Amino acid sequence: MGTERATRGTVRPGDVAVLDANGLDALIRRLRELGFETKGPVVRDGAIMPGPISGASDLPVGVADEQGPGRYRLSAAPHSRFFDWAVGPGSWKAEFFPAVQELWRANVDGASVALMEPILDAPPLAIVGMRPCEVASLAVLDRVLMEGSYRDPRYAQRREGTFVAVVECASPAATCFCASMASGPSVDVGFDLALTELDDERGHRFVARAGTESGAELLSSIDHGSASTEDLNAREQVLVAARARMGRELDTEGLAGLLARNIDHPQWAEVGDRCLSCANCTLVCPTCFCSDVRDSSELDGTIVRRRAWSSCFDLEHSYLHGGAVRTSTSSRYRQWMTHKLSTWWDQFDTTGCVGCGRCIAWCPVGIDITEEAAAIARSDTGLASRVELRGVTS
Amino acid sequence: MITSLAQIVRQHPFTVGLDDEYVALIEGCAHNVAFAPGDLLCREGESADTFYLLRRGHASIQVHAPGRAPIVIETVGPGSVVGWSWLVAPYRWTFDAQAKEPVGAVAVDGACLRQKTLVDPALGYALLSRVTAELLARLQATRMRLLDLYGGPGEH
Amino acid sequence: MTPVVHRVVARTRETDDVVTLCLEPVDGPRMDFLPGQFNMLSAFGVGEVAISLSGAPRDVGPLRHSVRDVGAVSRALCQIEVGGVVGVRGPFGTDWRVTPREETRSVDHRDTVVVAGGIGLAPLRGAVCELVATLPEGGGRVFVLVGAREPSQIVFGEDLAAWARAGATVLVSVDRPSSLWHGHVGLVTTLLADAGFNPANTRALLCGPEIMMRFTARALVDMGVNPLAVLVSLERNMQCGLGWCGHCQLGSLLLCRDGPVVPYAGIVSGLMNERER
Ligand code: SF4
Ligand code: SF4
Ligand code: FES
Repeated sequence: MGTERATRGTVRPGDVAVLDANGLDALIRRLRELGFETKGPVVRDGAIMPGPISGASDLPVGVADEQGPGRYRLSAAPHSRFFDWAVGPGSWKAEFFPAVQELWRANVDGASVALMEPILDAPPLAIVGMRPCEVASLAVLDRVLMEGSYRDPRYAQRREGTFVAVVECASPAATCFCASMASGPSVDVGFDLALTELDDERGHRFVARAGTESGAELLSSIDHGSASTEDLNAREQVLVAARARMGRELDTEGLAGLLARNIDHPQWAEVGDRCLSCANCTLVCPTCFCSDVRDSSELDGTIVRRRAWSSCFDLEHSYLHGGAVRTSTSSRYRQWMTHKLSTWWDQFDTTGCVGCGRCIAWCPVGIDITEEAAAIARSDTGLASRVELRGVTS
Repeated sequence: MITSLAQIVRQHPFTVGLDDEYVALIEGCAHNVAFAPGDLLCREGESADTFYLLRRGHASIQVHAPGRAPIVIETVGPGSVVGWSWLVAPYRWTFDAQAKEPVGAVAVDGACLRQKTLVDPALGYALLSRVTAELLARLQATRMRLLDLYGGPGEH
Repeated sequence: MTPVVHRVVARTRETDDVVTLCLEPVDGPRMDFLPGQFNMLSAFGVGEVAISLSGAPRDVGPLRHSVRDVGAVSRALCQIEVGGVVGVRGPFGTDWRVTPREETRSVDHRDTVVVAGGIGLAPLRGAVCELVATLPEGGGRVFVLVGAREPSQIVFGEDLAAWARAGATVLVSVDRPSSLWHGHVGLVTTLLADAGFNPANTRALLCGPEIMMRFTARALVDMGVNPLAVLVSLERNMQCGLGWCGHCQLGSLLLCRDGPVVPYAGIVSGLMNERER
């Protein structure tokens, strides 16, 4: 790649630079030198998953994905791009809000109790290759776990020490609809460094934007060039093309109100017949935050309280002395979808869905949140739907 | 065989002995409805402007509560009337009525009938005495059930 | 999410399935709270449940919690003897808004009707204590209406008597009388008409089974009570109390945060009439 780019000028937040393909590797290595635990997307068990990386070669180089309702497949691609795929089943949520997390342990000795909380001393984390929708989903989780009346110290500690290098999306999947949710394929906030992968006649390279002081410092410390007008135009074209390739759409105009007034719409029963209540959708969703709090006793008598992901599709989720409030699958699907797209706004003043499409690809029966919303929109009367349920005139 | 709405209304126990003129009035405010099992004929808390003359199938009068199955108060079937709330302010359903099986009924627009009773008190009286008869029978049955007759004598 | 260890300093059996625990922190001062709020109580090694605070903030002394044995954790709590330990986190949620902090006394010269069903009196007890305490200073009138299935299920009998002596109107009704019962028999709503409060100038605090609260709230509104002045205490599965676990959702509400005490008017009346099954 053009040696004229191999400079080390000082970069400031907001500046745009260019890295060649090797620059990505240098970036990861530099982060490791700085003491970060480096993680990024890797291919594991036939899917793109979060994992440890020590250099650019650990990333999914030359890998393409194919996604659809209830479908996900990786294949080899005839190029050596690093980020030519859309998100896989694993989201970065688990780094900050682990699937199972110890809250405290206690030794009870007769009538005295000694409580101990785990020490929060994980090394700082750097994620290279987060996607824009995942940046957005972490902002959603921040609202819930950090920015309400109570701040979760476990989540906050991990989140605040994390360096984020996001990579904008060039290849959305057929299941993606981030453009509808304003959470991709480009990214404007929530990162230390934002990269856009370019691979054209001018070579394989990255446009790199510094979002923070630490992002700027990092860029300054590795070989980079300044971005030319051609580079910036090429980035624009990649994003325009990505928007055009977006596989799905969700009409968010008035959506929260639409669902709120259609709480008795017959579509809920219809989707309830197809849904298996398997909870896959909630497990892959990067914003689902429901958790159970459970106690258990170790063999030595120590009592351990843990928090573990749970799902509104579990019958016990709504347990209220004696029984579950939401017993039918349709009521649980309705809870999930209305929460994502409607009541999340009431509760946290943000959407609960970032349009990553995971719930569509990983639903074993291919239920599609965008299609369910559209089905309700198609037959919306603008009135509470229960009026129609009051018997069929014959 | 196609039964006309007029015949159905006329044959329902609720209208037996009622003047033809009044039966015609009711018929003018009525239409046929069908409910699938699970459908609600009326919803607690909502405005009550209809009552139903049941023709076929059973419905349960029930209350909903979070965390438990609906609590059924009683089951009503063909020949009965569902809904009295349309008669008395604030015209609001007190309980749910849910179809337990396919239910066929005549829905009568109570709000429309109410208007007519304003100009014709005799109609009001005729309707009220019919509703009261059914109401009394149901109240008496409910009171009997409150006695917990099947509870063992040792329980008190 | 780590509880503060408390010791059981007194324990009273209220009914065959309700026990009142009085708790003092093993170290440090007692927490401040407002009537209507709740704590998360841990039976160590069994789990944690949300239990309302039933003491009055003005009383110094231990925290009071009345626990009904309805599941593994509440059963374990009911069985803890004096001297045993309980984990406490809280206080959480909204309150009945009866303490002077919320409203100045001057606008408070009005009637308050408190309607409790069964153990629903526990979350209301602190509020009634606060209200009754203002009676000698000319606070608004207090009406306490209690419904129970049968006489043996009436809780806090001594408090009811004390409130009546202090000038509150206390009315009790049962659904199923015993042979020794000479009081009122009937649904608690049948006490409303003769209680003697002035609906136009009344606020109502309701706690009990949701069916009872729905019916009572409607009856009060029909009598002319402003729906905004009717408060209900709602309950859902609660696992964190912090707005993090998602279990306590009721439509747009997170009840640990937006509740448990909410005005009946507006969305709540709709949500209470949602058939979520
Ligand atoms: S609801 Fe589906 S599309 Fe939306 S953020 Fe969750 S997994 Fe992604
Ligand atoms: S929508 Fe699909 S993934 Fe979600 S619970 Fe139902 S069947 Fe499972
Ligand atoms: S109890 Fe966990 S969110 Fe309310």
